[in-house]
Order: sequence, then C-alpha cells, then structure tokens
Amino acid sequence: MSVSTEELARPGVGGGLAEVFRTRFLLKLLVRKELKVRYRGSVLGLLWSYVKPGVQFIVFYIALGVFLGLENSPRNPGGLPNYAIYLFSGIVLINFFNEALGNASRSIVNNGGLIKKIYLPRELFPVASVWVSAVHFFPQLVILVGACLYAGWHPSFLQLAAALGGFAIVGLLATGLGLLFGAVNVYFRDSENFVDMLLMVATWASPVMYAWTMVADKLGEFWFTVYQFNPITVGVESFHYAFWLPTTDGSAPLPPNLLSVWMPVALLVSAGILLIGQLTFRRLEGRFAQEL
Amino acid sequence: MTTAIEVKNINKQFVLRHTRSIKEAIVWLAKGRKGDLSEKFHALHDVSLEIDQGEAVALLGFNGSGKSTLLKHISGVMVPDNGTVRTRGRVAGLIEVGAGFHHDLSGRDNVYLNGAILGMTEEQIKERFDSIVEFAEIGKFIDTEVKFYSSGMYLRLAFSVAVHTDPEVFLVDEILAVGDEPFQRKCIAKIQELAAEGKTLVVVSHDLDLVSRICDRGILLDRGNVTFDGPIEQAVATLRA
Repeated sequence: MSVSTEELARPGVGGGLAEVFRTRFLLKLLVRKELKVRYRGSVLGLLWSYVKPGVQFIVFYIALGVFLGLENSPRNPGGLPNYAIYLFSGIVLINFFNEALGNASRSIVNNGGLIKKIYLPRELFPVASVWVSAVHFFPQLVILVGACLYAGWHPSFLQLAAALGGFAIVGLLATGLGLLFGAVNVYFRDSENFVDMLLMVATWASPVMYAWTMVADKLGEFWFTVYQFNPITVGVESFHYAFWLPTTDGSAPLPPNLLSVWMPVALLVSAGILLIGQLTFRRLEGRFAQEL
Repeated sequence: MTTAIEVKNINKQFVLRHTRSIKEAIVWLAKGRKGDLSEKFHALHDVSLEIDQGEAVALLGFNGSGKSTLLKHISGVMVPDNGTVRTRGRVAGLIEVGAGFHHDLSGRDNVYLNGAILGMTEEQIKERFDSIVEFAEIGKFIDTEVKFYSSGMYLRLAFSVAVHTDPEVFLVDEILAVGDEPFQRKCIAKIQELAAEGKTLVVVSHDLDLVSRICDRGILLDRGNVTFDGPIEQAVATLRA
C-alpha cells in the first residue's frame, strides 16, 4: 500500500503566476498547440503572420506618409526622415500588444471546456496567449531589422537595451490587462468588446503613426506628461530610439528624460497593472467553473 | 488510517444568472432592484465526509443530486462557499475524459498535452508513452490527427492517458458506460488494479452493479444532502428501494 507522506492541502487554490512558472512544461505545450492550430487548413499558413502586417504597413504608409505628408521628401522638408521605418517599428510593437491583449482577454472563456472539468493554474491561458503573440512578433522583428540594416542601421548597445526594455514594458502590460479582462470576461462578456475598443484607442494614443513632438506642441507640458504615463507610448518611443533613430542622421529629438525617467516609470506602471490583474484574477477565479 | 480526502461542512450555491450583460444589470439597478436578477440553487448542503487512503468509494444518487459537483470540489475545479475541502497527494480524474484533447492535433501531441494537463512531467510522459499507446491499442494511428479517430479510439487514448498519470487519489465520473465491451472490461480491470494497489478511488456512476463490484463503500446523495454513508450493498439497496 502506498501511503502518501504529503500533508492535507486544499485543492483548487493556485499559486498565481508563480504556479505558471512551475508548470512551464504545460505552458510550452499550450503555446505549441496554439501555434499549430492557428493557421490550420490555410494555404499560406504561418505566412499570414507576415502578410497581414505587411499589408497594414503599406496602407498606413501610403495614407499617412504620402497623402498626409508625414514622410520627409524634397517637396516636404518638414516630414520625418525614413518614415517607413519609423512607422513599422511602432506597428510591430503595437501589433504585439493588440494580439496579446485581444487573445488573452478571450482565453479564459475560450478554454472554458477545460477549466470547467480539470483543475490547472488558470493563469496559464492568458500567459500562453501573450507568449504566442511574442512568437508571432518575432518574424516581424526580423523584417524590421532587415529594413533597418538596408537603411544603414548602426545601433548602440544602449539603444538595443532600450528596445528590450520597451518590449518588456509592453509584454508585462499586456499580461496584466489580459489577466484582468480575461477574468472579468467570464462574468461580463462586455469585457472583450471593451478590449476591442481599448485596442483601437491604444494604436492612436501612442506615437505610432505620428511624431511625439506633434503631441507636445498641441497638448502643452502637463497633458504631455499625462500622455507619457501610458506605458505603450514609452515602449513605442524606445523602439523608435532603437530602430529608427540610428537609421537617420540622429538629429531628431528624443522625448525629454525618456531613458532616465520614463522607462523606469513605464516599467513600474506595467508591473503595477500586472499586480492588479493578478489580484483581480485570484479573486474571480474561484467561481470560473460555475460561471462559464 | 490516513485520511486522503476530508470534506468539512461544505455548502455550495449556484447562481442561476438571468443576465449576462452590464446593460441589463444597470437597467435592473435603475429600476430600483425590482425582481430577482438571479436565482439561487443549493447544490451541496452541509456535506461532510472523510475518505481514507486506499478506500474505493462510490458516490450514488439520482441526476442533480450533487455527485458531480462534489467531485469537482474534490478535484479543485470548484471552491466551496463555506467549509473546507482538503486532499492529500495528487488528485487526478477521469472527469469527462478527453476534455483536454484538441481535435486538430495528432494523437501523440494530445498524449503530451493531456498528460501535462493532468499533472505529469515531461519525463513521466516520455517514460510512459509506449505503455499509454499500447494500453489504448492505437498503434500506428498515434500520429494521425485525433479528429479522424473513431469515438472508441478517442476514448481509449484519453482513458489510457488518465490511468497513466498515477495519482494518489483517482476520481472517476461516469466514463465506464462508454466504449465497447472488451475495452470496458479492460478499464474496469485497470481500475480494480488501481484499487488493489491502494489508490484512493472516488467513483460516480449510475451503473449500480458495476460500482458494487469496484467499491466497498457507498455514499448516497439526495438534492445536495448526504443521506447514507456505509457499505456499498446497503447503499445500492437504499437507492433502489
């Protein structure tokens, strides 16, 4: 007879994100499943991860760069140099955020069948969604780097570190919001529609399409500070600093105190939101099985 | 004897929500909270029980008596409103076998995914993989996508993964009624083997003859209350009466 030496423990009380780390093998399998299943039965398969942002980029480039005159050209000296790279470096990051948060918000409801029947750390599902988005982000990053190299990219170590920091800021933010809205979505399906709206706003509430100087000119100092509190804004600016700036003559101004103040602030804001997301998730997850 | 499962005075109420959107909730608030937004349903009523290690226990009762809800509390899927549930060692279940299966993945991928969902480590799955496939009698179809499996093959593979997880406490919910005769016999033999090894079993089934063969203790539930707890023969006789 096997007599267990373990203590009596309450089942169904998870250890939050730490538990996800302990079950990382399962996380890996969930991510792999998602990647395998995503483009099943389509001819282009994973190529869709390139085609969709590619088309999006062309549309934005023509509409904003050419028609609205954001691109610098002999006839338009006030525009941004290498606007194509400026635009794309922001788009890849915002696409990562959009996909991560959009899928994480739906992940709990979509995996309801499993959550209702077997106990496992439920944080796995939003985290897996963010992870999958990071995998889809990678090919876009490769294209971005290719384009940058073509335009004479020569980044410094600090600039590369800034890009990594920007990615971490956005990743943490997406995970935190994903936990929050994923859990709320179980009770109110309005949550996923709210997220869709939020994502639309997020794309325009950070300097992806335009330059931060335009915002600073129009808003004044106080509101620009508020604008800078958005972690995505800082993330996008860090990407411009890392990928776009080294392809230009480097004369474009950086937002004041980007590295010394705003990066740490954004990291703190993201970490705070992650904490709020985790706490809300813990509070709500007890009744997932009966509400789904 | 060491206690494997301890359930103390648990209550569970389900809220049968009538609304699912913020709009309706706001309208309800604006109207001065007229009418009930939700209706409550008492699924478990002050249930207490203790199951020792190595016991094979059947949860009996008619549909809606709270058997599966109780099982979900033991597995940790649900948390009681009040009272406590405590378990010793790893609990794994055949609660609707195949819940973690994905139709578009091959049998092999599903064995890994489902094994990990049920709490196995990578090494354990690798080590037991051949044994899982052999028990399931899947053979060369292991690399075929699961959606092309017959329902029997699907079930056999899912059951096989579950019995290979080797937990201390094993929960079985109404699975033995499916599958063809030979495989059903094989499943029952396997479960009896587990019981003989000293695993704790909690079985939910409507097949009274079957549970009398596997279990030695029966717990009768009626609308969320424990009405009988004792030897299986008496429990079955009480239910049939």
